[in-house]
Amino acid sequence: MSIFKKIMTAIRGGASEAGEAIIDANATRIFEQEIRDAEHHLTKAKRDLTGVMAEQMAAKREIDRLTREITEHEGYAMQALEKGDETLAIAVAEKIANLESTLADQQHAHDSFSGSADRLKDLVKKSERQVAEHKRQLSMVKTTESVQKATSAITDNFSSSNSKLLSAKDSLERIKAKQQKFDDKMKAAELLDSEDSDTSLQAQLKAAGIGSQDNSANSVLERLKAKKK
Amino acid sequence: MNIHTIADHLNSLADNSDTGMSFDCQPISGEVDVLQISILGREELPVFISVTEDQILCICYLWGTDEVKPECVNAMHESMLEMNIPMPLSSFSKIGDKYVVFGALSINSSFDDVEHELAVLSNNAVEVIDDMSEYLL
Repeated sequence: MSIFKKIMTAIRGGASEAGEAIIDANATRIFEQEIRDAEHHLTKAKRDLTGVMAEQMAAKREIDRLTREITEHEGYAMQALEKGDETLAIAVAEKIANLESTLADQQHAHDSFSGSADRLKDLVKKSERQVAEHKRQLSMVKTTESVQKATSAITDNFSSSNSKLLSAKDSLERIKAKQQKFDDKMKAAELLDSEDSDTSLQAQLKAAGIGSQDNSANSVLERLKAKKK
Repeated sequence: MNIHTIADHLNSLADNSDTGMSFDCQPISGEVDVLQISILGREELPVFISVTEDQILCICYLWGTDEVKPECVNAMHESMLEMNIPMPLSSFSKIGDKYVVFGALSINSSFDDVEHELAVLSNNAVEVIDDMSEYLL
């Protein structure tokens, strides 16, 4: 059964109650150990691969060298034949035969190294995919457990603080009411601001001697003086 | 990144958050450490943060199964599935008998990412309750 299915079954089955683990802790530990082992193997495979690739390159260099040497000696053999020195030509031909035999061996080794390198590359890719997949699965198990534990911590906290959980609609009502209050305050503040600017305009008008003037002591005195006359 | 560094960061923001929201953090102890985050003006809908090995989970509880009109359960589920992708950053889920919206962040996220996540999650939660209240008792 896949981890996904296991978690689904466990949640459906009511394992979501606090304290009951989705997959027992021991199994999780074994799983973690398996992932660590796989990662260890992966590191080793990568190291082996580097070694094999180095050998492969060395073999290739040797093949190139032998091929060059064979061509060279073929030239010598031809020259010996042209000069009619059959004995020397045979000696060179023997050397060529030896070189060709070594070349065949190197070619064989090179092919075998390439084969191993390809196999190791496939293995590394496969292991990397597997480790990533195992990690994903482990993360699913751990997250499920963590959410359950967090939920029970939250629930315990709520019941211990005696705070009643509101229904969603009530919560929304309250939040909206608070938002409304905040908006009203903002509006009131704006209104006050604009009133303030009205007053300041009046002050400017007054300063310019436009509009109604204050009853100052002087104007009262003027009025009294006028009455007296 | 753990709930304490997140709490320190959010508390240090005070009124200087980029999201225009004020956060108040309250750690809840238990087998798994949880951070309860109240947002000024939305104290009724706190967001809970828990940090695991590879992710930061932010969860906001919406309503219980007992608050759903029985004849509306299927329609509500359909709406939730349909809204799951359009809803920015958050997804719907169900923990026990509670429906939730949640967001999961990489453990390598920045504090700004966490703050942004909280603001978006809270906005989503308020909007979801408003828009889905026809399904609720």
